[in-house]
Amino acid sequence: MSDTILVKVENLDRLFDVSKPLLNRIIEHEKRQFLRAVDNLSIEIKQGETFALVGESGSGKSTVAKMVVGLLEPTKGRIEIDNLDLSDKNKVKELRQMRSEIQMIFQDPFASLNPRWRVEKIVSEPIIAFNLESENEAIIKRTGELLSLVGLAPSDGRKFPHEFSGGQRQRICIARALASNPKFIVCDEPTSALDVSVQAQILNLMRDLQDKFGLTFLFISHDLSVVRHMANRIGVMYLGRLVEVADTKSLFKNPRHPYTRMLLDAIPDLEMSGKERKPIEGEIPNPINPPTGCTFHPRCPLANERCKREIPASFNIDGNEVTCHAVEEGRS
Amino acid sequence: MEDKNIKEETNWFARAIDSDIFYSFTRSKLVMVAAFVTFAYFFIALFAPILATQNPFDLGSLDLMDGLTPPAWQEGGSSKFLIGTDDQGRDLLSAIMYGSRISLAVGFTSVFCAALLGISLGLISGYFGGFIDTLIMRIADIQLTFPSILIALLIDGTVSALFPEVRREDSAFWVLVLAISLSFWVQYARTVRSSVLVEKEREYVQAAKLIGLRPFIIMLRHVLPNVLGPVLVIATINLALAIITEATLSFLGVGIPVTQPSLGTLIRIGQDFLFSGEWWITIFPGVALAIIVLSVNLVGDWLRDALNPKLR
Repeated sequence: MSDTILVKVENLDRLFDVSKPLLNRIIEHEKRQFLRAVDNLSIEIKQGETFALVGESGSGKSTVAKMVVGLLEPTKGRIEIDNLDLSDKNKVKELRQMRSEIQMIFQDPFASLNPRWRVEKIVSEPIIAFNLESENEAIIKRTGELLSLVGLAPSDGRKFPHEFSGGQRQRICIARALASNPKFIVCDEPTSALDVSVQAQILNLMRDLQDKFGLTFLFISHDLSVVRHMANRIGVMYLGRLVEVADTKSLFKNPRHPYTRMLLDAIPDLEMSGKERKPIEGEIPNPINPPTGCTFHPRCPLANERCKREIPASFNIDGNEVTCHAVEEGRS
Repeated sequence: MEDKNIKEETNWFARAIDSDIFYSFTRSKLVMVAAFVTFAYFFIALFAPILATQNPFDLGSLDLMDGLTPPAWQEGGSSKFLIGTDDQGRDLLSAIMYGSRISLAVGFTSVFCAALLGISLGLISGYFGGFIDTLIMRIADIQLTFPSILIALLIDGTVSALFPEVRREDSAFWVLVLAISLSFWVQYARTVRSSVLVEKEREYVQAAKLIGLRPFIIMLRHVLPNVLGPVLVIATINLALAIITEATLSFLGVGIPVTQPSLGTLIRIGQDFLFSGEWWITIFPGVALAIIVLSVNLVGDWLRDALNPKLR
């Protein structure tokens, strides 16, 4: 891991239009409605590290992932990868080149492979799209290499996706992601659809490949035990905002934000230390109509009047970036 | 391992015999008979000039003296005309062969045109969404309010008003194809659109976007092959419908003119003579039409069930 910053996300906002159709709005006298999926989010990811985003369903993790790879346009804010602004319309050629350096591994390995294509065609598609190899034989050779790299046989390329299990399919997805020699891979809950035993294999494979090729990962997950295994740094998201960013060790050892603590208390305790598990209380509020002030205050044990009024700003405490009035005031 | 794969690859015929669809085909005698009748019909229609004893479109070869000859087994029948003749002296059996040719040609062409139009518009509508989607779907809704007979009358009228020099014999075929495909495309467009809405959210489409492929390429290479299953079923069932619509239009006089009778035209000719005892002119083309439509429909129904994984 080096200190160069590969991915820089600044003040990212994303709104979704969830208004009713025009006619309904006119007749029912309703205004347009927007859902704020991501709210003023800034992160920096260093070259070679694994940055994890965790949070409950609906916290906006996947939206961030889609914006970072360019599948969604941000409403506001900038995304810079390798010092290149993704929204810069003057640098189409560089951005096209850049596309080959960003790849994504998806959540559902059953939906992420075209069911009518043979595996070799799926894996070689990026090679052909980015013109990395021109001769047919070289493409076949490279496809075989990629398949062996992820622990499959080159002859598996002749098969169709339905002939593989979930874990093997995820391996194919990884092979496809590696096909364009990327620097940066966004993993959107890559193991949540897999059995626990297979999860470990896939995670270890991803770590091996990271060491081998110096890959940088943005790892989206809701599973804290997976994140603990994979990440160097962790960002905790709640309702589109980042509430705490810290190194994996210090986050697990010394969580600051009340929401992070709530998440950690819910993890099953493998050491059987007799510590009581606390289930997470309440549910994530409706993002169309988020609570005022700190959006976490309705569920927060430490909330007071100020939390209901003011949106907290992030500050540094022992290396943890925390966004909480209670921690700032020392009420926790 | 390697050898086995290659073997599977080359012997596609063995694989087809081994497939689920072929198995379900062999399970039903009804479907096998229907498929046989359908193919026999295609064969007869295709080779009508060789099989028929007379060319009913060649007015010079007709003899008015042969007109209204009853079927061979009836009194006054002739072995030359197995199932009798119409008022112009056409051999009905030959006329039915040639007529099926026109009916099938109209059916296939209009189903092809309707599918092409419907699939393209459905793909565009589903993939891009937004304003284009609303526009295409509203046009489809409006389209549904016009019966195909009305459209055919409209087009027929427009064509003869705009191009008075074009002969009815030449334009009739394309007027029919246009009318039928204009009234059938909506079904394809809606089906394809709804499948596309599901498929485009799939992650393999996202992955294709990620490597910077253009929307057109993604639509053709990734989305289209995965939405074609239901289209195939609709096309088969629509073939029967198109043949019936053609017959209806010809029966009403908007379709194929009397000089080149299709099945519908033959039925119309016969209708004038039905009450004076010459029943065969209407009945035989009618039976022929019923059999072909029934067979194609049965094959279509089977295909729908065979391709539906939930019914397997």
